[in-house]
Amino acid sequence: MSYARRTWIVLWKDLLSERRSKEALNALFFFALLLLFLFQFALGDERERLTAALPGLLWLGFILSGLVGLGRAFLAEREHDCWEGLLLAPGDKSAIYLGKVAGNLLLMLLVEAILLVLFAVFFNIDLAAHPLRLTVVIGLGTIGFAAVGTLFAAMTAHVRARELLFPVLLLPVQVPVLLGAVKATEAVLLGEPLGAVGHWLGLLAAADAIYLTTGVLTFDAILEA
Amino acid sequence: MTAHPLIQVIGLRKAFGGHVVLDDVSLEVRPGEAVALLGANGAGKTTLLRILATLLRPSRGVARVAGYDCLRQAERVRAHMGLLAHGAWVYEDLTPFENLKFWATLGGLPHGRDALNGALAAVELDRVADERVRTLSLGMKRRLALARFVLARPPVLLLDEPFAGIDQRAGKWLDGHLGAFKAAGSAILMTTHSFGRGLGVADRIAILAAGRVAHDTPLGALTLDDVRRLYELHAEDGA
Repeated sequence: MSYARRTWIVLWKDLLSERRSKEALNALFFFALLLLFLFQFALGDERERLTAALPGLLWLGFILSGLVGLGRAFLAEREHDCWEGLLLAPGDKSAIYLGKVAGNLLLMLLVEAILLVLFAVFFNIDLAAHPLRLTVVIGLGTIGFAAVGTLFAAMTAHVRARELLFPVLLLPVQVPVLLGAVKATEAVLLGEPLGAVGHWLGLLAAADAIYLTTGVLTFDAILEA
Repeated sequence: MTAHPLIQVIGLRKAFGGHVVLDDVSLEVRPGEAVALLGANGAGKTTLLRILATLLRPSRGVARVAGYDCLRQAERVRAHMGLLAHGAWVYEDLTPFENLKFWATLGGLPHGRDALNGALAAVELDRVADERVRTLSLGMKRRLALARFVLARPPVLLLDEPFAGIDQRAGKWLDGHLGAFKAAGSAILMTTHSFGRGLGVADRIAILAAGRVAHDTPLGALTLDDVRRLYELHAEDGA
């Protein structure tokens, strides 16, 4: 109970701070909008080209906006020595990690929902044809991204070149998630059932489990480092 | 005073690479005692506090808080110590009540509404309990940090420049509250540059110079001028 309460209080704190400041959400929204303008200019109106590139573009948008959001995940902790407070808090530090992951996950899912709507509007595409399938794929992909992204954000929080190091470290580790997510999204957008992409979903679920477990096991050491 | 020391440092050494910051430092603080740690910038005051707070590992020697070894029993040390560092551990977009709720819940302290309101009232922040912290003064933020101590009642308080950046009134208030913690049996070790106010609550001064305790003496009948002379003699010569 205490573990769950500690996870919840970290999530509560992050959501409340974001609701008040809206710093990350505003930045991510305009960043997403800018990306869509760029995609629109690059691809034009050619339907075939657009359909082929859509899954990749969608995840490129998710990943880039996610990088911006995750890079700020421990910004508040760097101010006023709050990091020290987390470090000195008694008990299992993985509760803090899971709270942070949950906060980042919710923020990313919200931005992704906005991006999906914008994609549908900008490119005149019906993304709501298979909402449940799309939600499963995006959910699995985003969990993995948030899990490892939160961990790497913590690792680089006190590094001088963190803005550079964070994506450089994170993106190679994200390859399995990106691969699985793009392929599964492509299949879902083509109307295939989830069973047809079971192996990609399996890869996503396995990556999520590995990243989350690694985070839970190593966060204490990262906080102490 | 014969009680066992709540803070005990024996032959402590800390080096960062080849740079020795603390060398053979020994110090004790007993229950109900406050020691002011004086020293020039870079003398190792903050390093010593961070070792005691388990935030840094000593290169050699022993550091104990409430009888627990800072290196091997860090979790137990953390449960018996309160640290007020340069930052006050506050989240600017939360209110004092929410900040306290967050740290109390995370620290396994009482976090019911009554307990939190009581702690905020004890540090005279009850009237601004629902304002955002970013609108509060530095002195108020320090008080908010002290509200955590009101909830936790740690036997050991480690304070890094607690009087820095706060005005006369807030300083006087802090003096009074630290006196109350001391009277309740807490051991206080604080670094300070402020002879006037920082020493108001102290029973002893320890002057760190060139990584060593150059002078450790009860304040007793020492006047402010005596302390300043001792400081100039040891700290500034050693710097």
